[in-house]
Amino acid sequence: MLAFIVQRLLQAIVVMASVAFIAFLLFQYVGDPVVFLLGQDATPEQIKQMRADLGLDQPFFVQYVHFLLNAVQGEFGLSLRQGTKVSTLIVERFPATLELALAAALLALAIGIPMGVYAALRRGTFTSQVFMTISLLGVSLPTFLIGILLILIFAVMLGWLPSFGRGEVVKFGTWTTGLLTAKGWQHIVLPAVTLAIFQLTLIMRLVRAEMLEVLRTDYIKFARARGLPNRAIHFGHALKNTLVPVMTITGLQLGGLIAFAIITETVFQWPGMGLLFIQAVTFADIPVMAAYLCLIALIFVVINLIVDLLYFAVDPRLRVDKSQSH
Amino acid sequence: MSLLQVKNLVVEFAHRRGTLRALDDISFDIAPGEILGVVGESGAGKSLTGASIIGLLEPPGRVASGQILLEGQRIDHLSTDEMRHIRGRKIGAIFQDPLTSLNPLYTVGRQLTETIEAHLPVSRAQARQRAIELLQDTGIPAAEQRIDHYPHQFSGGMRQRVVIALALAAEPQLIVADEPTTALDVSIQAQIISLLKKVCKDRGAAVMLITHDMGVIAETCDRVAVMYAGRIAEIGPVRQVIEQPAHPYTRGLMACIPDMASDRHKLNQIEGAMPRLNAIPAGCAFNPRCPQALDRCSRQRPELMLAGATQAACWLHEKVTA
Amino acid sequence: MTAFLRRWLDSDVGHSFKSSPTAMVAACIALVCVISALFANWVAPHNPFDLATLELSDARLPPAWIEGGSTKFLLGTDDQGRDILSALIYGSRISLVVGLASVILSVLVGVSLGLLAGFRGGWLDAFLMRLCDVMLSFPAILVALLIAGVGRALFPNAHESLAFGVLILSITLTGWVQYARTVRGSTLVERNKEYVQAARVTGVAPMRIMGRHVLPNVMGPVLVLATIQVATAIITEATLSFLGVGVPPTSPSLGTLIRVGNDYLFSGEWWITIFPGVMLVLIALSVNLLGDWLRDALNPRLR
Repeated sequence: MLAFIVQRLLQAIVVMASVAFIAFLLFQYVGDPVVFLLGQDATPEQIKQMRADLGLDQPFFVQYVHFLLNAVQGEFGLSLRQGTKVSTLIVERFPATLELALAAALLALAIGIPMGVYAALRRGTFTSQVFMTISLLGVSLPTFLIGILLILIFAVMLGWLPSFGRGEVVKFGTWTTGLLTAKGWQHIVLPAVTLAIFQLTLIMRLVRAEMLEVLRTDYIKFARARGLPNRAIHFGHALKNTLVPVMTITGLQLGGLIAFAIITETVFQWPGMGLLFIQAVTFADIPVMAAYLCLIALIFVVINLIVDLLYFAVDPRLRVDKSQSH
Repeated sequence: MSLLQVKNLVVEFAHRRGTLRALDDISFDIAPGEILGVVGESGAGKSLTGASIIGLLEPPGRVASGQILLEGQRIDHLSTDEMRHIRGRKIGAIFQDPLTSLNPLYTVGRQLTETIEAHLPVSRAQARQRAIELLQDTGIPAAEQRIDHYPHQFSGGMRQRVVIALALAAEPQLIVADEPTTALDVSIQAQIISLLKKVCKDRGAAVMLITHDMGVIAETCDRVAVMYAGRIAEIGPVRQVIEQPAHPYTRGLMACIPDMASDRHKLNQIEGAMPRLNAIPAGCAFNPRCPQALDRCSRQRPELMLAGATQAACWLHEKVTA
Repeated sequence: MTAFLRRWLDSDVGHSFKSSPTAMVAACIALVCVISALFANWVAPHNPFDLATLELSDARLPPAWIEGGSTKFLLGTDDQGRDILSALIYGSRISLVVGLASVILSVLVGVSLGLLAGFRGGWLDAFLMRLCDVMLSFPAILVALLIAGVGRALFPNAHESLAFGVLILSITLTGWVQYARTVRGSTLVERNKEYVQAARVTGVAPMRIMGRHVLPNVMGPVLVLATIQVATAIITEATLSFLGVGVPPTSPSLGTLIRVGNDYLFSGEWWITIFPGVMLVLIALSVNLLGDWLRDALNPRLR
């Protein structure tokens, strides 16, 4: 098992290094890295010093290492658009995105999994057809359109919920949270639902498909042949076997929430990292893009690792290295 | 009184191109404690017969007509809930592949105790004790430890022993064993078959042993039914069917088995192939391939009739009643 | 032609189609959208790009069935007097073209790479699979945004066709992975079969074997994937355009239209953004339904 963890960690490092490499290429070669690091108002002496520091006349590899060292410390220079340190910007915006993503994830799981199980068990009934239709809509409706529709109905027509921003936030050191105020909760509802719908659909379809597969297996047939009650078969055997592969895929999907947040944050003007990123893309603000890229890669890699470990915990076949059969 | 009676069972599959009759008027009995072999080529309908008996026919297959009686009570038209009380408790089942028959995420013990508790009014501790005993009966060494192992920690033969234990867990009176040794190594097959025979005899359980292996039938069964194209061609005591087969198909089957003693250059086989379900000949299903076919055979389907010590569905054995 | 159609309709797939009303409706809707997009010049009642025909006095008219609207502009007009219905039709053309082009490219790239990886094996295969894993775990939208962003940074005053190229490229790069994996999987299975080994022994060129035997086997899943991906590609393009980094503003796709209309949501002119949205959903939904039906129809186990 230790070997497994080590192997995974090594893979993670390789992935991070590759992504960092791409970020490095962006940083050094698309635009001027000196400007990125010093800003547009640097003095000639500073520029000269920075050129020497960066070792721009030095071999490729040295520059890469320099970049990596900077990156690991969170140093990505100054934003082209705003002039402030990229790291400050990101730290400022990160809590908003994280809260949004977590809220959406919880929603998607809490609704998606039961819907999927129901659609599999009661296959062909009216309700399950309705679920499948909803899921089809969920995949065919782009997230931004869902956001717009929700705004139209709940903010414009009904006036029940606000449609942009985060509302009141409470600050804890570097962390800001909107979940401690009523206004904060009001503001998070529509964006969280918007972000959740696509994931919810995917989860529901996945759970349903996986459960239908499981219900076709021999061991379920054998369980039926042994006269086990339906509840034990469906929720004991079938559900457990369904959730194991579902869990991996879902974990990876949830990482995607952070990226999908880009769209949702744009529609709702939610002050998170996603909005920051899209502004950077429109403005060709390379330092921010590079930093965002590395951060996302890190988040993904961490989620991947956690999911792998979870798999280990749940599937007994992986735990035993040597089969004790005889 | 018979334990199981199958009377004129017809199983059909509704297909958009028409209805297919997979089992066409099957009738046979199984006495308590008896081992009945059901033998035939792939596609003859053996597994379907087993599935119909335990009520696990997969749609679009369905029992179109006929009756299945267990201890005199009809079980072919019971509701799902009523059927589930029969399954496991009165009729147990064993399937072909021990690897896929066991849930990989649950320990063997858990799967055993849950079966026992589902049918018998015992406590958790008692169930566990019974489970250990079952494992011991089926020849699993160190049962107290191995009861908490997962299926992948057992070898193929061991797994099939666990499957047998599971099938017997709620003490059924009849076991439907569908090709229980086909997926196992030849060296293990004999062990498992003799184990099955032993544990069933010990408990007085009857067995319906479905297989295509005549050798297994010869070793194990009391009676055997030979199936062909969804019908029973011949049925009778094992010795008689093997040594004095009455139906031409059975004779052909026996002749196919190579004889170690004699010197042979060419393997025997029956000319032609078993017909597909949508192309079953009129009259006797075997008549196009039968070396002794009469004119009548292509027009009228024969019922099972007495033919020496066995019963065969063949006009050759029709006794002209004066 | 009719003989072919009749034979197809009689096949299992055709039968499944005939017995599935949703599939037929979806196919109709998709067909209508595609045809109207193809022949936009003739189908659309106005040309929204012809500045000469626009009149500001026509601006912000509601749809015809609401008070204040006119039948000349069935679905209303935007802030510059452009007919929404016509803008829809032209916009859907752009969306469809981008979507289809990306998918076709994705299929070509993915299938070729998959065949190569499956057949050659070794480090090429390992590398490709790792790449696929990594790419799959990154959401498509992020990759597309990055490429779009880099494109902007590299070519700040890009020509229109370059912008299209970058857009199609970014969607293609997110889509090829699925095909590569599926095809590679099938190739591996076929490669180990005896007839392939026999062919190799007798000297038949490997690509010929792959082409004649593997390809027909994988076309089914690839087709299903491709159909569903067209919907995804269209939505991705719409999202990118909505975010402002998709098609150039001179050739508005449905996403652009939605973005432009979004500004008028609060002033009550909901039709400017909603109707392009409805069109987008119709196209995506019908294509998705077709893809779903196709997958069930081609799956022998479900029959």
